[in-house]
Amino acid sequence: MLQNVENFASHFFVLGDPMIYGADVSIVLASAAIVFVLTYYKKWGYLWREWLTTVDHKKIGIMYMIATLLMLFRGGVDAMLMRTQLIMPGMPFLKAQHYNEIFTTHGTIMILFMAMPGVFALMNIAVPLQIGARDVAFPYLNAISFWMFFFAAMLLNLSFVIGGSPDAGWTSYAPLAGLTFDKGPGENFYLLALEITGIGSMATGINFFVTIMKLRAPGMTLMRMPLFTWSIVATTVIIIFAFPPLTVDLGLLLFDRLASSHFFTIFDGGNPMMYVNMFWMWGHPEVYIVVLPAFGVFSEVVATFSKKRTFGYASMVASLLAIAVISFFTWVHHFFTMGAGPGVNSFFAVATMIIAIPTGVKVFNWLFTMYQGRIRMNLPMLWAVAFIPNFAIGGATGVMLSVAPADYQFHNSYFLIAHFHQVLIGGTLFGILAGMYYWWPKMFGVILDEKIGRWAFWFFNIGFYVCFLPQYWLGWMGMTRRMYTYLPGMGWTMWNFISTMGAYMMGTGFILIVIQIIYSILYGERDLTGDPWDGRTLEWSLPSPAPHYNFARIPTITGRDAWWTMKEEQRKGITHSEEEAPLKPIHMPNDSGRPFVLSVLFFIAGFALVFTWYPLAFVAFIGILASLVMRSFEYDTDHTISVEELRHSEAAYGRV
Amino acid sequence: MAMVDSFIKAPSTHRIPLEYTHEEDALRIFGFWIFLATDLLLFASLFATYSVLYRHVGHGPGPLQIFDVTGFSAETFILLTSSFTCGLSTYSMHRGQKGWMMAWMAVTILLGISFISFELTEFVGDVAQGATLQTSAFLSAFFTLVGTHGAHVSLGIGWMTLIFIQLAVHGLTATTARKAFIVSLYWHFLDVVWIFIFTIVYLLGEMS
Ligand code: HEM
Ligand SMILES: [Cu+2]
Repeated sequence: MLQNVENFASHFFVLGDPMIYGADVSIVLASAAIVFVLTYYKKWGYLWREWLTTVDHKKIGIMYMIATLLMLFRGGVDAMLMRTQLIMPGMPFLKAQHYNEIFTTHGTIMILFMAMPGVFALMNIAVPLQIGARDVAFPYLNAISFWMFFFAAMLLNLSFVIGGSPDAGWTSYAPLAGLTFDKGPGENFYLLALEITGIGSMATGINFFVTIMKLRAPGMTLMRMPLFTWSIVATTVIIIFAFPPLTVDLGLLLFDRLASSHFFTIFDGGNPMMYVNMFWMWGHPEVYIVVLPAFGVFSEVVATFSKKRTFGYASMVASLLAIAVISFFTWVHHFFTMGAGPGVNSFFAVATMIIAIPTGVKVFNWLFTMYQGRIRMNLPMLWAVAFIPNFAIGGATGVMLSVAPADYQFHNSYFLIAHFHQVLIGGTLFGILAGMYYWWPKMFGVILDEKIGRWAFWFFNIGFYVCFLPQYWLGWMGMTRRMYTYLPGMGWTMWNFISTMGAYMMGTGFILIVIQIIYSILYGERDLTGDPWDGRTLEWSLPSPAPHYNFARIPTITGRDAWWTMKEEQRKGITHSEEEAPLKPIHMPNDSGRPFVLSVLFFIAGFALVFTWYPLAFVAFIGILASLVMRSFEYDTDHTISVEELRHSEAAYGRV
Repeated sequence: MAMVDSFIKAPSTHRIPLEYTHEEDALRIFGFWIFLATDLLLFASLFATYSVLYRHVGHGPGPLQIFDVTGFSAETFILLTSSFTCGLSTYSMHRGQKGWMMAWMAVTILLGISFISFELTEFVGDVAQGATLQTSAFLSAFFTLVGTHGAHVSLGIGWMTLIFIQLAVHGLTATTARKAFIVSLYWHFLDVVWIFIFTIVYLLGEMS
């Protein structure tokens, strides 16, 4: 009996590694601290009422933002561990298996649980406000999306201390990730976490597409939409097309693992290439899912901080859509070396190179927008400008990689690592940070401290080049990716050392950002105007933070850069009659705890499946069905804000 | 649900179908169309997998050994008929005949149940012959593709039953009309997918 318990415990908990014991202790301590603080300050009710049950897109956006920073921390710690291991030859810091687990969780977390929610955070915060809508099309579904993402992230993170982390790379290629070569539960964690967050992402894609297509304020034609909103249109279209293949791909691999089917095994007719193809049919478009919104942010920021309208608006829109379409014709460039014929390789090489054209168009448009503008170098602008040289290098090395014969040299070397970090960090992460700084006042009514922010910026930026430029060299010298150690005398030692120093600088930059946020919450400058940057788009016409119903009166849009136009007209003394139009009652959705409960049930089902505890999975599944049935029978799903209340609330903002 | 300003009915109510009279319901129907597009892509991925793997029979039986012509012909006939009765239900709804609408819905549900029973019988027969999910890549792909469709149909049956109950309780309102309309879209969609399964899996299998 005791033996059984012991056996179970040793498979269930990851034992024998001091780092993991450390994580155990910190998880217990952190949870205890959270429980204590919530209980001591009697905040459980507040947490439940204001956050866990909310369907307000602005609050959901804030929760996404917090989760993004937490996951950036987790993925960043992984990165520091890896770079520490590689600082010199033969480091005894991480063992090979542990290194495998860390690069796998690092990649997975950064792409799916940091970049994705970062993008979702920004779109939740800005899109409905930019198009003059009261909410997203399906607020309840929006809450489900968030909680599905959140609990999927918890599931993946849990694997570190329970059961063991996945270790087959963030791409989780079969047959390496199949049952034959990878017994442990780690891969199950990966597959189930991604399936659950995938449901949420797909729902977000549909939700925002419908929102933008159907809920724009009167007068806001498609060609009057802010460019950030346009970038989200492109993103949601990619999500809608790219996530179904991923869902199927991971589902089939899960089948192979749990039900011993033969999709991707090398026995009984399975075909692992099928996995690789479907993975990248999602995987390549995915990089545009995370980078196009960043492009959107840069368009807004560059225009606002240059006090000019964006140069070449129509070409900006066209290039977004072109990228969205072409991104589906490039997936084979991820396996040029796996034996496709010259015809196939050439097609995908050319398709890949073509993407450089619309991307180049965008970069030149940003430059022309800045040209002769009245430029202010606030934090959002700083990150946007820093993006440009960086994307020039990352783009150039990308085109180098797209040349199929050359790829035979670069493939899976540190050259590739340097390239994709340059575009993922310099594009996506810089975009998320620029967007965070830009919309932070709108979220919280506080402007983040510029001085600490500048220190953070320079540390992160210089560290970024110091970290990744040497890796291009390392790649040329033959250092391959996913390598946990190397021998002295290869000529790699110095470059690796420099690279690790750069990584530490970036770590310092991140800590400074955290300090900046804490400092600004305590002492930061309040934004009382609602328009701290002298903005151009509608979100700046509202108080910061915006009231939960967003617009007391839905504005009528007469041109692009709607808020700028209104400000111009005000300056000229033109007033609009609808500003005096009587207020009308507003319908708003009720809060609901069910999205949270539903996602907890998904979490339980996922956890049970990881360990093939089918009875528990079955119970959770019944629970999921039950909550769907309850929703179907719910008719009383919204309430009305009366004119009285509205007048009251608007008066409190000084706006009646 | 959208935060559309008002619940005021559009002026020409008599010409707009009931399920479209509230802007929010129209929004949901539009959203559901997009969802169907993603579901179609999901099936497309499964079809692609099946097309790559259907010759990979390993040591197991091939399509000719396991496909049962009477079985899949009956399934096809039943499902196509159910799509028709489902259409009749929507037609009655638009004419405001709640009784007929529910009657046709009930017929659709019963046809759905008999479709599923045929499919289950077929699957059980295959497994009895030793043709299981674990036998070969072809069979994995076959059971997954057809099974995913079957799971969709089962879900559709449960869903339609819920709406049937709500129609009985709340009567025919804009909300129940929207719900019934959406489930009917779903049902027709499954019919379309089945036609692909019928052609690509069963007919091509019989010809191989
Ligand atoms: C904070 C700075 C970062 C550093 C120092 C860093 C460092 C690393 C290192 C050392 C590896 C492993 C290379 C190998 O051994 O093959 C790696 C892999 C990877 N990183 Fe990062 N990284 C950082 C940020 C990011 C970000 C922001 C993203 C994505 C948005 C990202 C995505 C990835 C991916 C996808 C992999 C590949 C994992 C795999 O091979 O399965 N990283 N990173
Ligand atoms: Cu790619």
